[in-house]
Amino acid sequence: MIAYIVRRLLYAVPILIGVNLLTFALFFFVNSPDDMARIHLGMKRVTPEAIAKWKEDRGYDKPLLYNSRAAGADKFTDTIFFRHSVRLFVFDFGRSDQGRNIGRDIMSRMWPSLAIALPTFLVGILVNITFAMLLAFFRGSYLDTWGVVVAVIMMSISTLFYVIGGQYLVSKLLHLVPISGYDTGVEAIKFIILPVIIGVIGGIGSSTRLYRTFFLEEINKDYVRTARAKGLSELRVLFHHVLKNAMIPILTGVVVIIPLLFIGSLIMESFFGIPGLGSYTIDAINSQDFAIVRAMVFLGSVLYIIGLILTDISYTVVDPRVRLN
Amino acid sequence: MKYDIRTTELRKMIRSYLFYVVLLSALAIFPVHAPAAWNNPYPASEEGKNILYASFRERPKHLDPARSYSSNEYEFIAQIYEPPFQYHYLKRPYTLVPLTAVSIPTPVYLDQNGRKLSPKASATDIAYSIYEIRIRPGIYYQPHPAFAKDAEGRYLYHALSERDLSKIYTVADFPRTGTRELVAADYVYQIKRLAHPKLHSPILSLMADYIVGLKAYAETLDRAYKKLADGREDGVYLDLTRYPLAGAEVVDRYTYRVKIYGKYPQLLYWMAMPFFAPMAPEVDRFFSQPGMARKNLTLHWYPVGTGPYMLTMNDPNRRMVLERNPNYHEEHYPSEGEAEDRRRGLLADAGKRLPFIDKVIFSLEKESIPYWNKFLQGYYDRSGVLSESFDQAVRFSGSGDTEVTEAMKKKGITLLTSVAASTYYMGFNMLDPVVGGYSERARKLRQAISIAVDYEEQISIFRNGRGIAAQGPLPPGIFGHREGRAGINPYVYDWVNGKPKRKPISYARKLLAEAGYPDGRDARTGKPLLLYFETPATGPEEKAQLDWMAKQFKKLNIQLVVRATDYNRFQEKMRKGNAQIFVWGWNADYPDPENFLFLLHGPNKKVGNNGENAANYDNPEYNRLFERMKNMDNGPERLAIIDQMVDILRRDAPWVWGIHPKNFTLQHAWVYNAKPHVMANNTLKYLRLDPELRSQKRTAWNRPVVWPIGLLAVVLVASAFPAVLAYIRRERRVQRRGSDREDGR
Amino acid sequence: MPFQPVFLVTDVLIYVLLTAAIAFGVYASRREHLRAPWRQVARRPLAMAAMVILSAYVFIGLLDSVHFRERLPDQDQYSSEVLSLLDKIATPLRTRVEKTYSAPFAVHGFTKETVEHPDGSITREYPRLLYGGAHLEDPRDRTADIVKRGAVATLEGGIVWVFLVGAFVLLWRRPGEQFMHALRRLARGDSDLPWRTILVTIGALILVGSYSVNMALHYHILGTDQVGQDVFYKSLKSIRTGLVIGTLTTLVMLPFALVLGVMAGYFRGWVDDVIQYTYTTLSSIPGVLLIAAAILSLQVYMANHPESFETVVARADTRLLFLTIILGVTSWTSLCRLLRGETLKLREVDYIQAARALGVGNVRIMMRHLFPNVMHIVLITVVLDFSGLVLAEAVLSYVGIGVDPSMDSWGNMINSARLEMAREPMVWWSLAAAFVFMFGLVLAANLFSDAVRDAFDPRLRK
Repeated sequence: MIAYIVRRLLYAVPILIGVNLLTFALFFFVNSPDDMARIHLGMKRVTPEAIAKWKEDRGYDKPLLYNSRAAGADKFTDTIFFRHSVRLFVFDFGRSDQGRNIGRDIMSRMWPSLAIALPTFLVGILVNITFAMLLAFFRGSYLDTWGVVVAVIMMSISTLFYVIGGQYLVSKLLHLVPISGYDTGVEAIKFIILPVIIGVIGGIGSSTRLYRTFFLEEINKDYVRTARAKGLSELRVLFHHVLKNAMIPILTGVVVIIPLLFIGSLIMESFFGIPGLGSYTIDAINSQDFAIVRAMVFLGSVLYIIGLILTDISYTVVDPRVRLN
Repeated sequence: MKYDIRTTELRKMIRSYLFYVVLLSALAIFPVHAPAAWNNPYPASEEGKNILYASFRERPKHLDPARSYSSNEYEFIAQIYEPPFQYHYLKRPYTLVPLTAVSIPTPVYLDQNGRKLSPKASATDIAYSIYEIRIRPGIYYQPHPAFAKDAEGRYLYHALSERDLSKIYTVADFPRTGTRELVAADYVYQIKRLAHPKLHSPILSLMADYIVGLKAYAETLDRAYKKLADGREDGVYLDLTRYPLAGAEVVDRYTYRVKIYGKYPQLLYWMAMPFFAPMAPEVDRFFSQPGMARKNLTLHWYPVGTGPYMLTMNDPNRRMVLERNPNYHEEHYPSEGEAEDRRRGLLADAGKRLPFIDKVIFSLEKESIPYWNKFLQGYYDRSGVLSESFDQAVRFSGSGDTEVTEAMKKKGITLLTSVAASTYYMGFNMLDPVVGGYSERARKLRQAISIAVDYEEQISIFRNGRGIAAQGPLPPGIFGHREGRAGINPYVYDWVNGKPKRKPISYARKLLAEAGYPDGRDARTGKPLLLYFETPATGPEEKAQLDWMAKQFKKLNIQLVVRATDYNRFQEKMRKGNAQIFVWGWNADYPDPENFLFLLHGPNKKVGNNGENAANYDNPEYNRLFERMKNMDNGPERLAIIDQMVDILRRDAPWVWGIHPKNFTLQHAWVYNAKPHVMANNTLKYLRLDPELRSQKRTAWNRPVVWPIGLLAVVLVASAFPAVLAYIRRERRVQRRGSDREDGR
Repeated sequence: MPFQPVFLVTDVLIYVLLTAAIAFGVYASRREHLRAPWRQVARRPLAMAAMVILSAYVFIGLLDSVHFRERLPDQDQYSSEVLSLLDKIATPLRTRVEKTYSAPFAVHGFTKETVEHPDGSITREYPRLLYGGAHLEDPRDRTADIVKRGAVATLEGGIVWVFLVGAFVLLWRRPGEQFMHALRRLARGDSDLPWRTILVTIGALILVGSYSVNMALHYHILGTDQVGQDVFYKSLKSIRTGLVIGTLTTLVMLPFALVLGVMAGYFRGWVDDVIQYTYTTLSSIPGVLLIAAAILSLQVYMANHPESFETVVARADTRLLFLTIILGVTSWTSLCRLLRGETLKLREVDYIQAARALGVGNVRIMMRHLFPNVMHIVLITVVLDFSGLVLAEAVLSYVGIGVDPSMDSWGNMINSARLEMAREPMVWWSLAAAFVFMFGLVLAANLFSDAVRDAFDPRLRK
């Protein structure tokens, strides 16, 4: 098991190198450091000297990949690529183009993201499984038919409508929760509750429908029929046999996104003013803070790869027939 | 037998189920009245306190007075750092008054040989001006760990090790603080900081032209810094007190002297900006220690000053908090102002000690809509007026004045308006072969476009009347601006019925034909005239404005191609002179016409000189007049020259003069003493609140409406009811079938 | 020629897609094993209703994909403005531009304006619209006028539909069957394909169309936006954007996914490793960030090469194309993975092993045996991805990395609607229009894709 995980981790290294090269190319070949300097120095009274100094301060005055003026190993290390991309591997994210320490910002913004994403994730799974089971339980009845219709309708509505509508109704008209913002500790609950509800509702349609097919697939299997024939009540069959087995595809499907919960949701966070990593990324995109975007791309890739490894492990945990190799 | 039991069970279930439905409906119909508002975004403990609630849209980039140059940064640091002078809060036109200084100094003029000249000497004779500024004794800095000393008088936190810093995350984590009296040397230190190689002060290049020796000083510091840093990136402290600067000297403990080249009366305005606020060297040293920057502990983030407020919480991801500085020196609310001010109650607090408010909480609010809604709910004390909610908030009274709507009046909201000292214009690149140049043909083309682009309409559609169409580069309130008939741009407007009226579009078409484009096509080639509009606006929100712009050109049958790029590309195009038509804006640094007219001064061109003259306008006659005008004192002679200059500009039409925006501010009934001031930023100290009234209103305005939730629950439960019935029925059937089978066996 | 055709890149790709779809249809209709699942799809009433609605969308989208420049009156020049057939048909909608917002069916503006009266006095009032309800002498007659026009529209639509049904029954009845008998059989739903549902759906569409035509010429039936453009027209224009994003994205990624996926599964070894490495790397970058970076780079290119984009339309089109490509890059990986898995299974199948043993070339094996046998996966993925991509467009536009702001799209409409919602009274019609149009398309696509998936592979899930 451990050997397997180590091997998978090693396999992740070339992928991260690839990610790194790709983002580096996108950011540095497309936009010159001059451009970056100009946006960050503002609009009024920008001199070429100020730009040169800005670049120098951030190490953007170096050559991209190969420094012919340096000596020895410095030829490769005293370059933008080494100083800004390779250091990511040791999770040294460096400073943002505005001069703030990115690592610290990520650490502090991670929690609000989690505060939204984790409840959304957990409540979402619970609600979706409950609904899916209900539909499977009442399969063939009007409840099932209408349930599926409602699910299809719900998944045909853009998330944006849920967000816009939810905020308008609950915050503006009914005065139930603050319109936007965030606070720490217990005070956070009133800010979190609406985004979580909206996030859950937005995901009900597609997930319920998908999980329902998982349940139905299990229900039609022989062992379920046998159980039923033995005279077990429908509820018992559903909870004892079907649920347990249908959880396998459900769990393995969601494990991959668990690490990505840290990154949060771009739309939810920017809409509700949650100071998490999602809004951090959006702000970085809007203000073209390349250092932050680079760091977030790298972090996202790392988390995604962790998710993949977790998925593989979870297969073996829930289904002993699968062996790791 | 079994069958009977089941039916009674079923009945029982239905009965209890119905009970719940009734109960829930009852709850739904009679909503529970919550004692406090549920939607209060602030902790309940803050209710009723003397706290002003404001917001910031994006985190301020720099809170260092040597670097800050934008209004969102000034909003904070102007309350913290105190330059020697400030603008009088109530008097108009804007006048400078002393803040920490004893008085406004009159400059002493010297000639080339250092001989003193009379105050009336002509600008050409003046080689140097000397300003001697005396500050008031007894002003103390805010409490700060950088000043903290132990019993022997040694600084406690000036030699911090890695271990000392391990538990420190913000400046508030240092247990001890200290203070010190403000001295003249602190002002000199800050002027030197403008030349610091790591600070990149935006006014360095400008000030280097004036302050004696500053240019050489910057080079000296650069060399010294490189030597000192020796490749280190962190924890380098360059002690500026060891490097003298000829243009800024300490005279005695409370007096310093600034020496500039030539005559530059505008310097006093600059010295009312935070660039010239005092900086304590020990604070700079404190933040320059190794390891501080890595923890985001820098002067950019933790300002330290003598002002009425100090920044006690700096979480740019969420909120920034200004708290009353306990060491704040005596300052009193002004007791004279404009004639109107007494009637408006602005003098009620005259002579009382400042500041009035204990704490100001700025919350991060990126989007304008949540901000506006929270303002209406009473969670922000003041707000601008969004164009989206304009008709909700503001209406025009019969006489054309603006006032708040009935709904707002009922809430006690009042409106403050002022024309900003800014201009948003549409520029033509004068280097462009089609729209640029000084030929009669190009001039007529530009004049035709100036008439066609109906800024009155733009103001009414996109700004809801929050602005006035500009007649020239100078906004109202700036010396040289003329009202009424004498002030109109005769190339675009006619004076009709006592008002300026835009010339008809037929006249613009005529001009266009004379320019060689009859009906919008080139008379020589027959090709339709295609013009390019550069904009950094790429978001959907700006689309409407771009569509509108294209519509304006269409009036002349000119096709406008919108080339939207991101901001830095836009900047690059502007710098290289590749743009054709663009929109640009300018906010005045100080209330002097020079600050606007230099935007069209030839040597200040964007292309080549990287100046602020984005249109690259270069008219020798204008340049000559500008040189004469710029250093004159305000008077009839200066006015005559300005009139001449403005007329040249109107004829050449390098800009479509665009608009001067009008600021509308709404405030709740519990805010007192607010008077719009377009130059001063340190105005928080004058405001007063009535938190009692605020608490009452908030509760009244935000009663939670609960019944829809009850209703939703009822509907959900009710819709599940038949399903439960169906289940019970089916279960029964299955059981019966099972028992039938058993029976059959 | 009175006009000069203009071929935008996306237009050409749409034509290619259309040709391919028709070719595939002809090909499939000749082969029983391909026809059978389609027949199964066709038997489902809901799927067929969805298909009718989809066809209506596609029809409008296609109308909007034929571009040309008109010749200017009495000159030897073509207008620099690029129009589509839809623009031409909807000229009244396109040109009737009000000053700013107006509500659906309004005759007065939505916001008060400063009006200067001849006597010099100034008042703030709601101005009459330039076009909306301009035919009414007295605005109070509006309701009566709308009811009257509604009745006419119902009548016209009804007549058209009755004729259509009649013509259909004549063609459809069995030889020798009486017309009324066939009609009754149709009404009972006694037919191989769900013609009853199809005709009812078509009837509903005809009615909607008839109402739109009758009303839109005299009113802004969905109101106007901030610069006074008709929202109904904008919604119609947005259809093409949605369809292009939904279909071309899969089209541009298809060759890569297909070739690489099959190659990886077939050759295994280092080829497999390289391909797997490529798609794992690409898929591990968060999609939004990759798209953001790519769109930024496109903007740079556009700024540096303004000469390649003469018109606003061409610019917007390039950005749209690029968006589809980059969306394709982020979404081809899952299909590639599926294809690789399927190919791994297929290559062990007897006849392919036999073909290999007989020395048939690799390319030939892939072309003859592998591609046809993985086509159902491709088809299902294409159909399933469609609705997700349409929804993604809106989200991307919200983040600011979607289609060009000058392009009509539902995402742009929703985005501007956010500001409109804050108005008091609220401007709800842009949002509502975007919602209805988008919902109709996505719902129809979802229903249709369900049927396709069930028919082709009931076990394959995403």
